[in-house]
Amino acid sequence: MRYGMVIDTNKCVGCADCVVACQTENNVPIGYSRDWIMEFVEGDFPKLSLHFETQRCNHCDDTPCVRTCPTGASHVAEGGIVKVTHNECIGCGACIEACPYDARYFHPDGYVDKCTFCDHRLEDGLDPACVSVCPTECMHFGDLDDPGSDVSKLLKERDNYTIIPEAGTKPQIFYLK
Amino acid sequence: MEKLLATDRHIHGLYPHVDIWGFPISAYLFLGGLAAGILIFAAIYYLLGKEKEMPFTVKIGPLFALPIIMLGLFLLIFDLHHKLFVWQLFMTARAESPMSWGAWTLVIVSIFSVLWPLSFVDSIDEYLIKRGWSKMTRVTEAIIKFEHKWIIPHFIIMFFRKYRKFFAIVLLIYSIILGIYTGILLSAFNAHPLWNNPILGPLFLTSGVSTGSAFVMWLSDNHKERLLMSAIDMSLIAIELFFIVHMFMGMEAGAEAYKHAADLFLGGEFTAIFWGVFVGLGLILPFTLEALELRGFHIPTALPALLILAGGLLFRILMVSAGQISEYPMMP
Repeated sequence: MRYGMVIDTNKCVGCADCVVACQTENNVPIGYSRDWIMEFVEGDFPKLSLHFETQRCNHCDDTPCVRTCPTGASHVAEGGIVKVTHNECIGCGACIEACPYDARYFHPDGYVDKCTFCDHRLEDGLDPACVSVCPTECMHFGDLDDPGSDVSKLLKERDNYTIIPEAGTKPQIFYLK
Repeated sequence: MEKLLATDRHIHGLYPHVDIWGFPISAYLFLGGLAAGILIFAAIYYLLGKEKEMPFTVKIGPLFALPIIMLGLFLLIFDLHHKLFVWQLFMTARAESPMSWGAWTLVIVSIFSVLWPLSFVDSIDEYLIKRGWSKMTRVTEAIIKFEHKWIIPHFIIMFFRKYRKFFAIVLLIYSIILGIYTGILLSAFNAHPLWNNPILGPLFLTSGVSTGSAFVMWLSDNHKERLLMSAIDMSLIAIELFFIVHMFMGMEAGAEAYKHAADLFLGGEFTAIFWGVFVGLGLILPFTLEALELRGFHIPTALPALLILAGGLLFRILMVSAGQISEYPMMP
């Protein structure tokens, strides 16, 4: 079992519904967010192109954040989900420095907070909140180890990329071109 | 290409670049290196049998190691965001995490920086009497009395004294680890290309040992000791300069992210303060002053020493803040 996400950048319109859904589902403090939208503008007027990416923790296969955590609060849970145990976290910030994606932040209560792939929803057989609200259905979630899953099929059929692959973190979130 | 964060995410210390480590961390790295430097000299000169010729280096200097480490630890804990859980740091030892083994190294070095001066308490007492600091001898005499009265502390100190040579070797090893750790703490972060280079460990160690020698030079009242430390410090500065040049050469020959990182110091926003203030006033000027002093010119030793100490702190401040700016470019 290896959870992963596949996001079709051709369908994404950057509406930020995923961001709001996550904030609501996970009681994310106001002003904070576990996922966010990046907008890339390319070319010169009038030949411009716009590209959206909804970003979050990549639940990397090779996790610099877990490696640098001095207490073991940052850990890889079942299915490759990268999580933080709040009452083991001392709030040193090592994992925030280690993440090339800026996916982690200090919760106002002091511990480090991040995306959990909505593992409480996964237990009930639901998709993560961001995936299930997407109005363009550009996001797909599933088991990358299962060749019959939606995500595996999409990765086989379509060209895809990950963010900052040169950091060597082996992200588990893939973007379709 | 223009990259924009389209959704509202103004989390403190995260955008436009990570900026969660500030002065307390830089100061902690500086104090760790300084304590390591002081203890390295104490252990080396003890092992060389120079405790009589270099009383300050071997016996008095290490007295300062514990307060320096404690101040560093205080700053570190002050900088934690989940302070009440700091004990979790000592519930586990994780070899992969420099911060974890660094914390344990710090514990071991702290124990040594208590035992080492305690084992020399008689000589420290003599030293204080010689200088007429009678108020401070009360403390040393109370310790001596306490030691003679109670069997367990007496046994521990006698044991330490008997095997001091062995303990000096252990102290030397752990002090070197502490000095290197202050650099490896940063170089473990692949996400920040400026930090992510293997020369940072040796560079921080050299800089830490250099501040240690400056500390002895500044406070020792033994002329020969001061001259020797000046001479040692000059070679350390030369090594440090070599490492710095080597570091930027390596980065300039590296991938794009590493070139961008080096450019912060080679034309970018940190150029003037790094080369002008740190290298100019914190390395080359004290080097020149030390060279003049060794040639017989009369120069107050405190001047080069304080320049080195201030330079060491500035170097860490610059590396910590520039490192957080340097990151991998994100392109779709």
